[in-house]
Amino acid sequence: MDYHSMREFADSWMLLAMTVFFVGVVIFAFRPGSKKHADDASQIPLKED
Amino acid sequence: MKYGPETIGVSLAAFLALLGAAFSGDDSFAAHMWVAFFVLAGGAIMLLRQISFAPAFGPGDDSGYLDGPVRYGTVATMFWGIVGFLVGVLVALQLAYPDLNIEPWFSFGRMRPLHTSAVVFAFGGNALIATSFYVVQRTSNVRLWGGNLAWFVFWGYQFFIVMAATGYLLGITDSREYAEPEWYVDLFLTVVWVAYLLVFLGTILVRKEPHIYVANWFYLSFIVTIAMLHVVNNLAMPVGLLDAKSYSLFAGVQDALTQWWYGHNAVGFFLTAGFLGMMYYFVPKQAERPVYSYRLSIVHFWSLIFLYIWAGPHHLHYTALPDWAQTLGMVFSIMLWMPSWGGMINGLMTLSGAWDKLRTDPIIRMMVMAIAFYGMSTFEGPVMSIKAVNSLSHYTDWTIGHVHSGALGWVGMISFGAIYFLVPKLWGRERLYSLRLVTWHFWLATLGIVVYAAVMWVSGIQQGLMWREYDDQGFLVYSFAESVAAMHPYYVMRVLGGVLYLIGALIMAYNITMTILGYSREEQPIGEAAPAAQPAE
Repeated sequence: MDYHSMREFADSWMLLAMTVFFVGVVIFAFRPGSKKHADDASQIPLKED
Repeated sequence: MKYGPETIGVSLAAFLALLGAAFSGDDSFAAHMWVAFFVLAGGAIMLLRQISFAPAFGPGDDSGYLDGPVRYGTVATMFWGIVGFLVGVLVALQLAYPDLNIEPWFSFGRMRPLHTSAVVFAFGGNALIATSFYVVQRTSNVRLWGGNLAWFVFWGYQFFIVMAATGYLLGITDSREYAEPEWYVDLFLTVVWVAYLLVFLGTILVRKEPHIYVANWFYLSFIVTIAMLHVVNNLAMPVGLLDAKSYSLFAGVQDALTQWWYGHNAVGFFLTAGFLGMMYYFVPKQAERPVYSYRLSIVHFWSLIFLYIWAGPHHLHYTALPDWAQTLGMVFSIMLWMPSWGGMINGLMTLSGAWDKLRTDPIIRMMVMAIAFYGMSTFEGPVMSIKAVNSLSHYTDWTIGHVHSGALGWVGMISFGAIYFLVPKLWGRERLYSLRLVTWHFWLATLGIVVYAAVMWVSGIQQGLMWREYDDQGFLVYSFAESVAAMHPYYVMRVLGGVLYLIGALIMAYNITMTILGYSREEQPIGEAAPAAQPAE
């Protein structure tokens, strides 16, 4: 695997994969029904001492 | 028997250092090994004095949290902070008054990496290790994993700092910015860092809380990324096993890009991601309300992770680096406004509905100032990465000012806030020795940063403009030395900013020392009116 094939992979499939992952994260974070879970998680530091 | 293997290990290491000092043909390596020998021998003696030969009685103390390394870590943070700020004031004075360069050990070239490493890795690193150990235990509801491994992380890291600092003064450097220690110190740090990763990850894996709180995501990304950056950036071939000098595996522009890939992500993952972990725990704790939007914090995390790693090339605008790589660095830097605003909104809005605390709680005030500086310096950074702006700002004091508004404003203030929060809790005190002194610290530090940053803007822009001024025949108007002479008044003013910041830190050290010793100052609570005078009857 030389520099050029890595470069071609990086700016095509890898770029696509990372963009899809990131957009997926945003959609997943703001999916309907996530609010309850997020509110519970945000209470974690306030539970103890 | 307590600390048996530890004592043997440290003694062996001291012996190896002695052998290194004896057999090395390289004078600076031998001197450095003598330093290592005395430090390790001292450590071995301290461990020996703790040994008890009585058989272990009953089950060990596995209950509760392991807070010893956190307590030591907060004290180490304070200590190294003051060392770093003091050396900062000294190097600022050296720039203003070059006669203060005391050759060879205390020349600017050796003191400057001492300053940067002391504030970034010694002060910032200790703050991160201590708070991450504290936060991961509380939010996972479980004791630190790995038993005494956490102690190894703490003491190993202090040994790394001592070796790095003394190495710089002895003139041992591989001259990679923010990664100056030579190969053997780098290898040792790798061991410590892997242990740190194991303790942190182990604690997360055995957690009793089903969800991994977002602060831990930031801390973990900081630990993992720094491991990767440190190893790749320091790939090098030593001249000999008993020789301090090594040569990088990379050459030319690849080497430059590797260094700034490391350098910028040291800023991104050490000074940003790690301290955001701090923010996401300590701001909600001190404000006594949950983070404004947990979902925004997730988007904040992933946008930071995906974007920061590509921004390094903006340090190499108009160099031999290919144009496309420079543009890539610039575009990703601009996109970093996304996590910048995400974090700032989330941090500040956590206080919505509780803004009155700003009036009465100087610790919250400190944290809010930190978030404000996070927002400001991460706004300024992308602006400076734009090629047109960079052609004016690069190599000038503007960059220095930018770094300090991030380091003093964001990193410093959020760490101070976290330590003020931690100390009474860790030592079981009802409150800090004095909240009024925190107010003093707050104003001195803020004023110091403002003076520093404003002075550096003026001097940086003036410098940039002088360097690019041509006359109508195409000749440069100013020689370089003229631009240096023009900086003198600004360099003197900068010292003033640094001194104010240092005095603030000294007040803090006094305050937390008194808190640890169990004193509490009698003072009027902040925000309450003085008791009305009773009329005589």
